[in-house]
Amino acid sequence: MRNRLKTLINPNIIIRIISLALAFTVVQVLISVNVINSYLQITLATICINIILAVSLNLITGFTGQFSLGHAGFMSIGAYTCAIITMRYGTLWSFILGVFLGALLAALVGFLVGLPTLRLQGDYLAIATLGMSEIIRVVFVNLDVITNGAAGLSDIPQFVNWIWLFVFTAGVVWVIANFLNSSHGRACISIREDEIASSAMGINTTRYKVMAFTFGAFCAGIAGAMYSSYFYVIKPDLFGFLKSIDILVIVVFGGLGSITGSVLAAVLLAIMSTFLQAFSEIRMILYAVLLVAIMIFRPQGLMGSKEITIGMFNKLGNMFSSKKEV
Amino acid sequence: MPILKVEKLTKSFGGLMAVHNVDIELEEGELVGLIGPNGAGKTTVFNLLTGFYPPTKGEIILYKNGKEKHLQGLKPDIICKEGLARTFQNIRLFKDLSVLDNVRIAMHKNVKYGLVSSFFHLPSYIREERKLYDASMELLSIMKLDHKKDEFARNLPYGEQRCLEIARALATNPSILLLDEPAAGMNPAETAMLSDLICWIREKFKLTILLIEHDMSLVMKICERIYVLDYGMVIANETPELIKSNKRVIEAYLGEDVSDA
Repeated sequence: MRNRLKTLINPNIIIRIISLALAFTVVQVLISVNVINSYLQITLATICINIILAVSLNLITGFTGQFSLGHAGFMSIGAYTCAIITMRYGTLWSFILGVFLGALLAALVGFLVGLPTLRLQGDYLAIATLGMSEIIRVVFVNLDVITNGAAGLSDIPQFVNWIWLFVFTAGVVWVIANFLNSSHGRACISIREDEIASSAMGINTTRYKVMAFTFGAFCAGIAGAMYSSYFYVIKPDLFGFLKSIDILVIVVFGGLGSITGSVLAAVLLAIMSTFLQAFSEIRMILYAVLLVAIMIFRPQGLMGSKEITIGMFNKLGNMFSSKKEV
Repeated sequence: MPILKVEKLTKSFGGLMAVHNVDIELEEGELVGLIGPNGAGKTTVFNLLTGFYPPTKGEIILYKNGKEKHLQGLKPDIICKEGLARTFQNIRLFKDLSVLDNVRIAMHKNVKYGLVSSFFHLPSYIREERKLYDASMELLSIMKLDHKKDEFARNLPYGEQRCLEIARALATNPSILLLDEPAAGMNPAETAMLSDLICWIREKFKLTILLIEHDMSLVMKICERIYVLDYGMVIANETPELIKSNKRVIEAYLGEDVSDA
């Protein structure tokens, strides 16, 4: 019994919970004393949404090794579903329903698209997923009755605040991290490493590719729902090809195959982008130059495929303490 | 009692008959060699047996618990689950994963917890992961790789990479093990150790082993029976002593005798 308790209450999990709670409280306090003003809150929301998008795309591209350019498409499904439901009912419950229904619909589309396309590899898969997200966008443009066409939906009730953002972001990252640290997750990673060897070891590669794709789409749907409910305006153009590229940039910048890298990259890029608002005219040029520079000096991304772990901090601490002894 | 029976196995790539009417029969517990000159179709036979190519013609029958099971046309992961494991001629480890993960991934098919448990790390996850870890470590210590469990597979020396590949194949809990040139690139001392290892794991895991190898010292020493393949056809199926003096085999390797021409 004692042993069982010990394994259940893993010290790492406790540290994880404490640091998450700490992060939540600090930001909550900063919001209430207005250090994070309404302008910075937008950045905060962008960071959270981008974290969900980047981590879930990393699951597909960085861990399972399937190059997808259609993530914005899944996001738009979540965004529209949630927007339509909350606009009709306007209650908190309808928002929660909207988030999950949006995510489920995105996952369903991901599943249906993934089944045939994941037989493709590399560039071909990228083109297929790109086409898929364009199809979704065009469908939203043309479904005038429900989606109001190219003008999009506005006055979507705003339910998302810091608490929701935090719950969903932390939840998605936690679940994906857990998944990757399980046998099922390792099966996905083995496909990236060597698909042939992976199938020779008894892993149904198609099944796990579709699973990662569907799961990634599900999370992108959540991110989309957050987006529509926070920014109360959505239109099809927001979820075009460029949005997919934006997400991919975060993933590559953070490191393919690193969750903490994606989180770090989402935060840094948002801060960079906010900071660059001061130079509004040359903002995008500076942003691009910075990206190019970073990619030249760290082509594997900020973290490569490594993770920031608690063990790393321990090592760092040991290094300092041993230095002192010398 | 046969455990695997291959009948009239044929594979053609366009006009090229890579494997032509090959019959192979493996008795349970046997250690059989598959040799032949370069390009004779040995690896193609392996790829057919493990489902990487669908055969053009022919049957592959596995006898398990007194039942017949046809393997031709099945996908590699299914065939692996039926109990055929293989290694690759050019090592195909999961290079950027740890030694431990390489073995754990091969044990995935036995894992009994579902997706939900993997998302939230429920008690069944903890229980099964512990079992998985213990089983992997046991296997690694048998292969004397346990002290390197956290190293990336790519950082292992060549000989240990070969061992790890065998360990990974064993992790799938096979009844038949197919080894594709396990001694390639090894020096004589390493080859000698490998041959001991192969004999030992056969006893320990009660395996039937089919072995492709170019190193004749290894093949002649450990194999009980040898199939010789040339131009996709079986030209001999005898014990090592008889193979050495088999005229057709010598011709296949060295060319026809000059005096015959």
